[in-house]
Amino acid sequence: MAHIVVENLVKTFEVAERQAGMWGAVRGLVKRTHRTVQALDGVSFELQAGELVGYIGPNGAGKSTTVKTLAGILVPTSGRCEVLGRVPWKERTAHVKQLGVVFGQRTQLWWDLPVVESLELLRDIYGVTAVRYKAMLAELTERLSLGDLLDTPVRQLSLGQRMRCDLAASLLHEPPILFLDEPTIGLDAVSKLAVREFVQHLNRERGVTVILTTHDMDDIEALCTRVIVIGGGRILSDGTLDALRDRVTREHWLILDLEDETLELEDPDAEILRRDGRRVTLRFDPARVPTALLISRLTARYPVRDLFVQNPPIEEIIARLYREQAA
Amino acid sequence: MNDSWKLYLHYLGISIRAQMQYRASFVMMTIGFFFTTVIEFLGIWAMFARFGSLQGWSLAEIALFYSVINMAFALTEMFARGLDTFPNLVKSGDFDRLLLRPRSTLLQVLGSEVSLMRLGRILQALPIMLWGAHTVGVVWSPGKALLLIGATAGGTCLFVGLFLLQASMSFWTIESLEIANILTHGGTQTAQYPLDIYRPWFRIFFTFVVPLACANILPLNVILQRPGATPLLGALSPCLGLLFLGVAMLAWGQGVRRYCSTGS
Repeated sequence: MAHIVVENLVKTFEVAERQAGMWGAVRGLVKRTHRTVQALDGVSFELQAGELVGYIGPNGAGKSTTVKTLAGILVPTSGRCEVLGRVPWKERTAHVKQLGVVFGQRTQLWWDLPVVESLELLRDIYGVTAVRYKAMLAELTERLSLGDLLDTPVRQLSLGQRMRCDLAASLLHEPPILFLDEPTIGLDAVSKLAVREFVQHLNRERGVTVILTTHDMDDIEALCTRVIVIGGGRILSDGTLDALRDRVTREHWLILDLEDETLELEDPDAEILRRDGRRVTLRFDPARVPTALLISRLTARYPVRDLFVQNPPIEEIIARLYREQAA
Repeated sequence: MNDSWKLYLHYLGISIRAQMQYRASFVMMTIGFFFTTVIEFLGIWAMFARFGSLQGWSLAEIALFYSVINMAFALTEMFARGLDTFPNLVKSGDFDRLLLRPRSTLLQVLGSEVSLMRLGRILQALPIMLWGAHTVGVVWSPGKALLLIGATAGGTCLFVGLFLLQASMSFWTIESLEIANILTHGGTQTAQYPLDIYRPWFRIFFTFVVPLACANILPLNVILQRPGATPLLGALSPCLGLLFLGVAMLAWGQGVRRYCSTGS
């Protein structure tokens, strides 16, 4: 069953342009000049129950406009949008009961209160029964290791601790759909892994549909089978990570550690991407030259200590997709 | 509905506990609010000591006007403090979070901050009210007592309405507009005196546009049994405040709708 349907979504904003200085402010009161910004320009996609989708794009691409529309806090200019069969902005309260939303940049917990008090308030806001609350709190406490944190005021938590508490806060009412907006931003490596593991668990064990927006490509590679790339208000690509790679480039990277760092290296079918000391990174198209052939040719000609082949990192793929779009 | 009250009380409890974390500051601020208004009333007292009466009104009568409007304003500042700081909520984008929760936005804004220290101002208005009523020699009846409470409640509704209108403006403009302050703070100053001492157009404005009269001469004339008092009008007057609040709530609803279509 489709949890989320988005069809030809368009959103234009009127941005008032303000003139500089005192005189400009006075003129602004009388006559406003407006600039139209096309934030979404015909976005369509469908999400099935239990999918975990990465939604990525550069700043200003339309990511948060899409997420805000799905969350019901923004009314689009035109187009269709249904989440669990509801039009988000028409039935706000019924709709948001089905949502969990986590913003990495800001907390939804009350700053001066111990975490558990925020959770109790959210219990009453969402009308969670005492029995369910107890069960969920126990489960979340265990999964996210919240034990010692619950009685700590939020302002005393580290970023990683706060994030874990925020995840718990947005899941108390057991929403079938979860929006994560840069959940790992600013976290240390251990906390990042903990968050990713937890999100994976939610998705796999509890079947929660997740939309993840992030700039951290490791999040995407670790979690998402499907990636939607947006740029300039349009969807640039929608599919598996592998399909995205295939679409943008089929090249592989060959990384060589040479015996000698002064050695000059050259091959007609491979291009040197960068070189630091002994390490040389080459890129090549396996359709033009089979990987095995290239390796045997190079190792025959040059003294190589070590080598490995990899896909271009996802950052590279995305960056190229954006450049393609801009061109 | 019942459930909303339960949630509001939960918010209230949290707010009180949060403020009690800074107990010393709470006590100092409460005392501060107590004395600033005491000094204000001393000013009025000094004026009456010099001139005796104001267009036929005695100091004790003025004390009733003073205490009703001040109590209404203090109650508003106490319970609607969240509306006062609302522009920040819009500017920071935190209003989005309220929209993401399955509750009325107004309930959440009101719940977000309850400023207990305004108790100082209420504590100051109460003895002045009792002194005034005693000195004038009001002949109390259940109806009059109810009307006095009604006048304070009506005034509170009116001020909450004004706060709400001011807060709603931040849906349209990010510039802070101080117009509403003229009506809230200025209105309190104005309605410390009977409205009939002012010019007609001023009286009309504060009766029909921003009906401060509902916590002023309309009910108090009845309580003080002034000549020309109309008991029916007095009894209905608190409804004016309620009506004003209703209109303000409509404006708020429009504002939220606008916010959702402009996303700013």
